[in-house]
Amino acid sequence: MSERTSEPSSPRDGSEETEPAVELEGITKRFPGVVANSDVSLRVRRGEVHAICGENGAGKSTLMKVLYGMQAPDEGTIRVSGKPVRFRSPTDAIAAGIGMVHQHFMLADNLTVAENVILGAEALHGIGRRARARIAELAEQTGLRAEPGTLVERLGVADRQRIEILKVLYRGARIVILDEPTAVLVPQEVEELFATVRGMRADGYTFVFISHKLDEVRSIADSVTVIRRGESVGTADPRTVSSGELAEMMVGASLPSPCTEDATVTETVTLECAGLDLLGADGTRKLLDGVSLRVRAGEILGIAGVEGNGQTELVETIMGLRKASAGAITMRGSDGTEHELTELDTLHRRELGIGYIPEDRNRHGLLEHQSLWVNRILGYQTRAPIAKGALLDPAGARRDTERIVAEYDVRTPSVNVEAAALSGGNQQKLIVGRELSQDPALLLAAHPTRGVDVGAQALIWERIRAARSAGLAVLLVSADLDELIGLSDAIQVMLRGRLVAEADPATVTPQELGAAMTGASEGGAAS
Amino acid sequence: MNRILPAILAVIFAVLLCSVALLISGDDPVQAFTTMITQVGEGQTAVNVINTGAVYFIAGLAVAIGFKMNLFNIGIEGQYRFAVIVAAIYGGAVHLPPGIHTLTILLVAAVAGAVYALIPALLKAYRGVSEVISTIMLNSIVAGITGVLVKPDMFGVQSGNNLATAPIPPSGRVPGIPLGSAGTLFGLVFLAVLLGVGYWFTLGRTRFGFELQASGESATAAAAGGVNARRMVLIAMLLSGAVAGLIAMPELLGRDFSYGINAPQGYGFTGIAVALIGRNSPTGIAIGALLWSFLDKSAVSLDNIGVSREIVTIMQGVIVLSVVVAYEIFRRRELKTQQQRVGTEFLSGKTAGGEA
Repeated sequence: MSERTSEPSSPRDGSEETEPAVELEGITKRFPGVVANSDVSLRVRRGEVHAICGENGAGKSTLMKVLYGMQAPDEGTIRVSGKPVRFRSPTDAIAAGIGMVHQHFMLADNLTVAENVILGAEALHGIGRRARARIAELAEQTGLRAEPGTLVERLGVADRQRIEILKVLYRGARIVILDEPTAVLVPQEVEELFATVRGMRADGYTFVFISHKLDEVRSIADSVTVIRRGESVGTADPRTVSSGELAEMMVGASLPSPCTEDATVTETVTLECAGLDLLGADGTRKLLDGVSLRVRAGEILGIAGVEGNGQTELVETIMGLRKASAGAITMRGSDGTEHELTELDTLHRRELGIGYIPEDRNRHGLLEHQSLWVNRILGYQTRAPIAKGALLDPAGARRDTERIVAEYDVRTPSVNVEAAALSGGNQQKLIVGRELSQDPALLLAAHPTRGVDVGAQALIWERIRAARSAGLAVLLVSADLDELIGLSDAIQVMLRGRLVAEADPATVTPQELGAAMTGASEGGAAS
Repeated sequence: MNRILPAILAVIFAVLLCSVALLISGDDPVQAFTTMITQVGEGQTAVNVINTGAVYFIAGLAVAIGFKMNLFNIGIEGQYRFAVIVAAIYGGAVHLPPGIHTLTILLVAAVAGAVYALIPALLKAYRGVSEVISTIMLNSIVAGITGVLVKPDMFGVQSGNNLATAPIPPSGRVPGIPLGSAGTLFGLVFLAVLLGVGYWFTLGRTRFGFELQASGESATAAAAGGVNARRMVLIAMLLSGAVAGLIAMPELLGRDFSYGINAPQGYGFTGIAVALIGRNSPTGIAIGALLWSFLDKSAVSLDNIGVSREIVTIMQGVIVLSVVVAYEIFRRRELKTQQQRVGTEFLSGKTAGGEA
């Protein structure tokens, strides 16, 4: 493995080159039941942007946690600038000049930009003039335009990300790990981030860039190492390799596409929301502001939006987990009759025929320490084949779980194992199987393929599509614009709690959608 | 196997630790433990172990109902003491045909226990007040309530040195099962068995039991599954209180017939220990209750051989602690094994993946 990776095909490569900035050799990291990294090698040259590419669950994050000292490898060595190092904690990694920008930001909202940067690093430049000068200097490099005195809670995602990068640099990092930095950004912001990264590369910084988006990798990286099933498949030059070749390296086959074929939209309106308002905890801010939408039987309505603009709240309001302060929700149930949902509780709504794939399966979808068949009961505790009156039917629940396991390809030795023992993709297949199993009229799918492997992703897409063809109405919320465009029959864009634009998935591009999501375009991203 | 082994290991560990303690204080552990075990065959000890075990078992069930939904109802102590005095006053005041008299006393006790649990239940469901805090406070309030109720100018009757409620007439009593010189088994031992079966059935076979456990494991997932969390808190707490109300009934209706200032206390706290040992399973609680009761009853014999009987208290404490630790270790190992089995299954498949 190391032979392949130690020969990057970049033209910049030369025998007289200095020591690589970072070198990982033979890294193996095992978790119970899973080998997350197996003999992975990686060589990052000084002053390059090195992409780590691989599907969700391939082992990228584990590798980076090893490099950043968050997890100790079971085997293998790490060398920084040629010197072998052993990191016991991120503190050691920072001392060696490695910094990491996590996918989820770790900022204190109620502190200013400068305070966030200095917090925990007071010993470096104090908290006074010297610190401010250093921040100003770095702000220019990182392209941070926000004033150091601004409260972080006022800033958008892109600015927050810059602060995270600045924090890392302030602590003396010369090698910056960016963990899926573009996942939270819209296309325009991605371009700005890349411009910054290119500028900093010219200043001599080294980047390790984690992503599974091939077009991004090709536009920013100088070399790319592909990881598949915990092993390094090889290193390539993104300027010469094609996206197709990269994809094949990543998945060992060509990528599935979420494309929906023929329209199956009917005239029957299954879900209608009219003027939904939802107030925040403070009682004044509107999390949902006059949301009106219709989903017909056989239709997938996609909701696009930067996370935190009310999509979660919309789904939870329809599900009955939050109480709308105004507006009406009407639904045509599985029995074909119309129902006003606003006064019904979650169980009633489920009984009318709502299936729910929650965005956080561990918090909302599963009882982790219960067996798979007990998890089959959740949400269906009042209906056959799970229940007979007030009594449960464990045998029926078991049988039906076994059916789901077989039909949805849930990889498990039996239905008696705890849900926590399954990988994310298999947990998600179980949830999708459960929610599609009781003849739902409406499916609320929030990020249905987030954090699952390609195999599971393809299966979930296929099943949702099949159910739609059979007349299911689907409200799909997703941050994956390709998924959204590929699956949806219609797309609505959500911004600050309001539906601000419509788009036709047949013609819209991710860039246009991105513009509408940030409110950059006027009328909408319509075709 | 995985359910019994940790408990056995914990008991062995406790015995070893107590042996060390005995050796340090200059006693012979073998002699001490032999005396304790042979004591069971002496006089009425065996029957006493079962009688008290039944009481501990009901207490354990009451605690376990709360545990199942992540409610730490420490207030069992207060709830049962409130219930028993109310039931004793009621039972001594009314005159009803046999059978009906008994049933109404039991009903009053259960309702009284539930009423006393209603306060923390409402505070928890509507104001988010921790049930631990509120029930601890109510436990100490109950001492005052019984003190007032049992005063001669209230419902108390002075007889010699003892101040107690009016005795319950024979129509309200539950006759025991005489076993000759071995003693008399409480008739309400069967109430304990009945409650145990009801507990098992409700948790394992009914929708309510599922919703209770689901809320206990993950309130968010339960809510998404259509379980009304607030309702579950109320019902679980009231049910726990109602069962708590029955804790002292075997003794009240089978032996004491009145509730006085000298009545035994602390069953509620024993219930917590017993529920922990039994891991909330009905058989586990039954075993825990009998074990606890055996230790209590046979401790008396240690006086005869000059060993301090406090050694039993040490043992009880160590058992609870090591059972909890042992089960947690076993639970983690079990999960690991399962993950490995799933991993094997997984790698035999074709797609890529694993934990990121």
